[in-house]
Amino acid sequence: MEIDPFIFRFSIFILSIFVGYYVVWSVTPSLHTPLMSVTNAISSVIIVGAIIAGLSGDIKNIFETSNIFGFLAIFLAAINIFGGFLVTQRMLQMYKKKKKNK
Amino acid sequence: MSVNLLAIFYLISGVLFILALRGLSSPETSRRGNLFGILGMIIAITVTFLSIENFSTGFIYVLIFLLAGGSIGAFIAYKIPMTAMPELVAGFHSLVGLAAVFVAISAFLNPQVFNLGSPGNIKVSSLIEMSIGAAVGAITFSGSVIAFLKLRGIMSGSPITFKGQHYINLLLGLTIIVLIFYLCRTQSDSIFWRIIEISFLLGLLLIIPIGGADMPVVISMLNSYSGWAAAGIGFTLENTALIITGALVGSSGAILSYIMCKGMNRSFFNVILGGFGATNSTLKNNKKTKPVKSGNAEDAAYLMKNASSVIIVPGYGMAVAQAQHVVREMADVLKKNGVKVTYAVHPVAGRMPGHMNVLLAEANVPYDEVFEQENINNDFASTDVAFVIGANDVTNPVAKTDPQSPIYGMPILDVEKSKSVLFVKRSLSPGYAGIDNELFYRDNTLMLFADAKKMTEEIVKNLN
Repeated sequence: MEIDPFIFRFSIFILSIFVGYYVVWSVTPSLHTPLMSVTNAISSVIIVGAIIAGLSGDIKNIFETSNIFGFLAIFLAAINIFGGFLVTQRMLQMYKKKKKNK
Repeated sequence: MSVNLLAIFYLISGVLFILALRGLSSPETSRRGNLFGILGMIIAITVTFLSIENFSTGFIYVLIFLLAGGSIGAFIAYKIPMTAMPELVAGFHSLVGLAAVFVAISAFLNPQVFNLGSPGNIKVSSLIEMSIGAAVGAITFSGSVIAFLKLRGIMSGSPITFKGQHYINLLLGLTIIVLIFYLCRTQSDSIFWRIIEISFLLGLLLIIPIGGADMPVVISMLNSYSGWAAAGIGFTLENTALIITGALVGSSGAILSYIMCKGMNRSFFNVILGGFGATNSTLKNNKKTKPVKSGNAEDAAYLMKNASSVIIVPGYGMAVAQAQHVVREMADVLKKNGVKVTYAVHPVAGRMPGHMNVLLAEANVPYDEVFEQENINNDFASTDVAFVIGANDVTNPVAKTDPQSPIYGMPILDVEKSKSVLFVKRSLSPGYAGIDNELFYRDNTLMLFADAKKMTEEIVKNLN
């Protein structure tokens, strides 16, 4: 008997939770705000689903309801991806060490 | 591109996302970490495009929406002031939630594209996954919108409570589960729409009873939800990158919620059930007129100039007054006079995790002068002046002494132990928890009644 592929994905899921748990505990508290903005950006990888939905079908039915929802999701996720990564970068640039005595 | 190769690339993206979070363990590695994240995203998006064999005219539209969203996002990222970060994050959460809902709808209406079956005949496992993704996404969306409105000040930050609130929420939650069950049996469109509608309503009702200062927990919780929604969709689409990311973000948000709750010594449920601050204020507001020592900028400047060490304790008030830059100016002048200046940040100071750290970083305060509570609390006893600006409850000694107090047991900054305390505050009004701060009436406390920014500017003038 073969193992259902769902079980594989579920294993990845559970192991990722543990990876996340240990990785996030090692994040320094002063970077908790960038942590939130970057997690925001990466969770927008949901855009891959939206792209597939948006690209489905041919010229006649490109504006089917499912395509339109795909386009809208692409739009929303893109705001998040660009906004999230860039604002994180902007914040991280500001964290500077004390300058050595001049 | 073969399905297997595609899956390997998604796995690589997932690993890069893990490295992105790992980078945040210190400010030096964080910038590289963020680049890993960007790289992971580029890989995921590129291979998705390559995986589609017949490029239809849809491609143009996909690109248009991608670029339109991207430019709006980039614009916001560059324009947003750092003080508005909490509402920005709440806003971003709402977008992830809504995107999850939309993708789930697409998959439900056109399941062939995702190999999930045909309309009216979708695999049961996929139906469960997509409705969980849609429901959690919808809750994230409407909850985050409320959080956004509260943080932005469009909606009052005070809790909105009514009788039977929690039972209604429970009932709505159970209804969603029952409807998912029926959806699997009937594959009915209308049930799918009902699930989404009820989830929107539930998200709204879940957040309205939670008050402004509990927002750090709310934002972290919604962060977690957005992750679980993404994971749900990841299972539907059989996409490893999404599953890994969803799990990472989900656990990240959960840990942050835990840290925030611990910072207030309250259980997660106590925060989520809400209503905090609304009831207590009437209870404890019977303050008698006790003698208070109040001073002006001149007194404050004199005290600090003659001190050998000063600890600055920032709070939400500093963010509201946008006083972070002038605070750093003050610190610079003091340092020039040979005073040792450090900053003490309480975990729940501000409106989101790490809020104060970002503001201080923006004002060019070196991050190695900013300390977390456990690393600096012992220093107060040997400090001459504690300069409290915009913080209140997190310094209230009542948390240690009065078991009746609603904040009893909350770990506080031991400001009281320093030789003298300067309190910049507009009035004697109690803080968020609605409790009088007995520190105001101590002999070694000098109250500086003014706007945080104006007062600090005055002090800088007097120091020079």
